[in-house]
Amino acid sequence: MTFTPRTIALGVVLVALALVPPVAGMLNQPFYVDLFRRTMIFAIAALSLDLILGYGGLVSFGHAAYLGIGAYAVGVLTYYGIHNGFLQWGLAIVASALVALVIGAVSIRTSGIYFIMITLAFTQMLYYLGLSIEEYGADDGMRLAARSRFAGLIDLRDPATFYYLVLVLLGVFLYIAHRMVNARFGMVLRATKSNEARARAVGFSPYGYKLTAFVIAGAMGGVAGALLVNHTEYLTPEFMHWTRSGEIMFMVILGGMGTLVGPVVGALALLLLEDVLSAWTTHWQMILGPILLLVVLFAKRGLVGLLGDRARDG
Amino acid sequence: MLLVLEQALNGLQFGVMLFLMAAGLTLIFGIMNLVNLAHGALYMMGAYFAATFLAKTGSFPLAVVLALAATLAVGIVTEVVALRTLYERDHLDQVLATFGLILFFNELVAVVWGRAAMYTTLPGWLSGHIQLVGIRYPVYRAVVILVGLLVAALLWVVVTRTRLGMLIRAGATNRTMVAALGVNIRLLYTIVFGFGATLAGLAGLMAGPIYAVQPGMGEQILIQVFVVIVVGGIGSIRGALVGAIVVGMVDTLGRAFLKPMLAVLLWPTAAEKAGPALASMLIYLLMAAVLTFRPQGLFPAVRTR
Repeated sequence: MTFTPRTIALGVVLVALALVPPVAGMLNQPFYVDLFRRTMIFAIAALSLDLILGYGGLVSFGHAAYLGIGAYAVGVLTYYGIHNGFLQWGLAIVASALVALVIGAVSIRTSGIYFIMITLAFTQMLYYLGLSIEEYGADDGMRLAARSRFAGLIDLRDPATFYYLVLVLLGVFLYIAHRMVNARFGMVLRATKSNEARARAVGFSPYGYKLTAFVIAGAMGGVAGALLVNHTEYLTPEFMHWTRSGEIMFMVILGGMGTLVGPVVGALALLLLEDVLSAWTTHWQMILGPILLLVVLFAKRGLVGLLGDRARDG
Repeated sequence: MLLVLEQALNGLQFGVMLFLMAAGLTLIFGIMNLVNLAHGALYMMGAYFAATFLAKTGSFPLAVVLALAATLAVGIVTEVVALRTLYERDHLDQVLATFGLILFFNELVAVVWGRAAMYTTLPGWLSGHIQLVGIRYPVYRAVVILVGLLVAALLWVVVTRTRLGMLIRAGATNRTMVAALGVNIRLLYTIVFGFGATLAGLAGLMAGPIYAVQPGMGEQILIQVFVVIVVGGIGSIRGALVGAIVVGMVDTLGRAFLKPMLAVLLWPTAAEKAGPALASMLIYLLMAAVLTFRPQGLFPAVRTR
């Protein structure tokens, strides 16, 4: 790892995030621990989307599906009295990977606008499925009886412990993603993004690479979902609402897609902006919408682009 | 049997509304290469305009004309202000920018009209029932079907028999060449977009008296319209029509008969639980099935570019 402006920025962000609980404690503002924990969970989701969107060129407009599957895996097991976190999170990973495999297998056969519409439609299907299962609260959702338990090793009921668990997981996923995109696998993936015809010409079959990336991203999104339902202590189909997919995608673009620090910065920026705007007016989406439009039109490289670092990894 | 007929008519009615949306969306995509998520917002604006003008003027025909004009105006302003710069961008940019527009429009509607659902009352001559081969069918739904089929026929005439239609078809095949031949392509874009916006507005104003008029109503139908387009094949009006009728039928009949059918085939308690869930997933499963066998949809448009 070289010390480009981006890696330094990432380091600064992670250190700042690590300092949130003690600072919030000093200021007596426990709310901030909550806010930044939520932010980091979405950073994980955005990072997983960036793997396929930024590095693989797969414009998936359905990433909220995996948040939902991960959340439902935890919520449903809890509903049946199984509180073991290893089991719950394991199921979250397996289930979201399987769903990603099925959605990916169908949708990666297509490209461009078809891919966007299909991923969106499948996510909407899962959303409606969540809405119609009375057993698990249908559209009202249901309270999570208890947070995941890890045999006394980690206690999620303690806000700071939960916070640092999310931070550590974010760090782990950043490392995994870094290794992935710089490995041969990631190189092929990036090659198919920049020119699929050439990637084929030199002898790679993109389908398998794309599908693998799609499944890995789905599994990672599932972990974010398991974290999110533990964070909110409430399971609702709203996790899979299509606007959630749009938000996650916006985080990636806002931060800077095709970089590792981008999704983290994007999640921070968007959720803090939402927090500020919603404190100011209930109609904050009327301001956020045009901001989104302006970012897309005029700041395509995202906040990370401001660092002026053109290296392709980070 | 009569119940099946009634539900089939309902399916047709839903289908023609999907078609009005899908036709505009597929034309806009075919010619400008634009993924317009905000198409559902225009549908919503049409519904709100119609409800408001109906309450203000008391005349249904007048409200329809005013609502169509207002939606057209909103569509053209949106095109000129925001979307025009997006035609040359990639799909990701278009998706995100129009997603931003959706957030804006939904919130705008909530500011102006409030978040609560609005219901419109139909004038007397539209609220009765007609006798149709043994079933009583609501006049209004029958009118929706007729208007939808009429618009479909009109669209066919415009696209295949007029100079504008010729330009539209030419633009969909190769827009660079059309521009090179001296056609004012920007004007053509604005006309096509306005056309699509008006169709969406028409679908929205007809939806008002049947479904609830509320913020976010546009996206619910938009995603179903995406299914229509994927099934029918993108950029093709014929595909949009076939896809819309198929999706409308499958969705409506599925919601009406899947539960009783499962109750016969399986056992009642399972049908009670699985029926509604499966019915709401049906059109997406249909889409997956079509994609597996024909990834380009049933009637893909021919395109050279």
